[in-house]
Amino acid sequence: MGSDQLLFYAFGAVALAGSVLVIGQRNPVYSVLAIIVSFFGLSGLYVLLEAPFVAVVQIIIYAGAIMVLFLFVVMLLNVPREDAAEWDRTHPLYRSGPMRAGAVLAVLLIGQLVWALSRTPGMAGGVADQPATASSVADVGRVLFTDYMFAFEVTSILIIAAMVGAVVLARKHDES
Amino acid sequence: MLDFVTDPAFLVYTGIILVVFFGLQTGAAVMVYAERKVAAFMQQRLGPYLVGPRGLLQPLADIVKLVFKEELRPKASDALLFTAAPVISVAAAYVAFAPVPFGPASTFFGLLDEPMPLIVADVNVAVLVIFAVASMGVYGIVLAGWASNSKYSLLGGLRSSAQMISYELAYGMSLAAVILLANTLSLREVVDAQDGYWFGVIPRWYIFLQPVAFFVFACAGVAETNRAPFDFPEAEQELVAGYHTEYSSMRFAMFFLAEYINMITVSAVAVNLFLGGWHGPFLPPEYGWIWFLAKLGVLLFIYLWLRWTLPRFRYDQLMAFGWKVLLPVATVNLLLTAAGVLYFGV
Repeated sequence: MGSDQLLFYAFGAVALAGSVLVIGQRNPVYSVLAIIVSFFGLSGLYVLLEAPFVAVVQIIIYAGAIMVLFLFVVMLLNVPREDAAEWDRTHPLYRSGPMRAGAVLAVLLIGQLVWALSRTPGMAGGVADQPATASSVADVGRVLFTDYMFAFEVTSILIIAAMVGAVVLARKHDES
Repeated sequence: MLDFVTDPAFLVYTGIILVVFFGLQTGAAVMVYAERKVAAFMQQRLGPYLVGPRGLLQPLADIVKLVFKEELRPKASDALLFTAAPVISVAAAYVAFAPVPFGPASTFFGLLDEPMPLIVADVNVAVLVIFAVASMGVYGIVLAGWASNSKYSLLGGLRSSAQMISYELAYGMSLAAVILLANTLSLREVVDAQDGYWFGVIPRWYIFLQPVAFFVFACAGVAETNRAPFDFPEAEQELVAGYHTEYSSMRFAMFFLAEYINMITVSAVAVNLFLGGWHGPFLPPEYGWIWFLAKLGVLLFIYLWLRWTLPRFRYDQLMAFGWKVLLPVATVNLLLTAAGVLYFGV
């Protein structure tokens, strides 16, 4: 096993463990921290794929900016710990019927994932064989503003619409 | 198997790492002394003068005192995060300096066959790495505020996260303008692009091409390091001591250390991006690090000068300044720079 492969499994383990901890924590602040750890694992994987720019941007945008906002909101609202004793067991979704249906759906999902993964050709080293189009900053910029121009602009409009919507909803109506 | 231990390149590289590590620590101690002396000078006082000649050993005495103080932890605090927060702060501060070059490649007086650059980690996206790691430092402050379980600490932590997010945008935009001019993300290459003179007199520093970007970078840099007049996370009059109210002893010292190391890092990045790094007249290129240290010292003095001259902003002024002045100015500057680079070529 080469050192690259060893690092791949190490970073992958960090990313997966972080993701599992996000939903396994009762304290929302710890959940936010776990997702940051998971992002660092993903960033390491990007470095292994020879895309250092994407790796650093992952840290700057997700771990550096978006997660600070998450933490900000969690702290500002002072979200309480989720305690097992405080679960609302009378909620319709917690009854045995919906729970059983959910379990069936979960098993189906896992089955589909296994089926899809087993049919993917060349699971070992399939990505590394392709030319690294996202390696340099210039390449990322060029691809983003030519091949993926439409998707890029649509995403921008979507984000602006969401921002305007949030401002309109949050604004107090003094005059009316 | 242990042959590499006697390899001069390995020894020099280890030396560079140790010099940076202890240099940052010593730099922080010197800054504490300089801060008190400059403040005393501006307020017509003497400042520390009892410990050692002219009070020079005062930082050492401070460290001894901090080490021997009792570690206190509030009962209602979150034990894990309360301990982790100062470590996160100080680790992020140290790591952020790793991709900062502080001198030209040198053979160390013929010791090495190939010149080795004076830098700990020579990565080709250095500017972004520094930016990313420095933004991790905010977690130390925010978590300290939350884990202390005290209202002053929490307010300090919340203010800090809001402030850092607001000023990071302008900070990044001002960096991007210089990166466009230099056409590289490696700090070493940015510095090399500033070699030489215009008309034989004016050094080709980016501060002359990008004065607006330098102004935005300076403002955002002061805000990012939580220094006056942007020191809201620890505004004494309102928040006792902000996020580190509940901290004592070495845990408190770690926050202090992180703050001063961050100041050094921001100044070093400014020297590299805008002030030509280690390029300067009179000295042979081999001694470029002396120029680097001199420029770094000037910027650090400006930090102190600002702190003891300007009163603190009001919180709404801080936010309005960040979002309504710095960000638009930096964005327009970036657009104009991009247009200029397209039109005239790099």
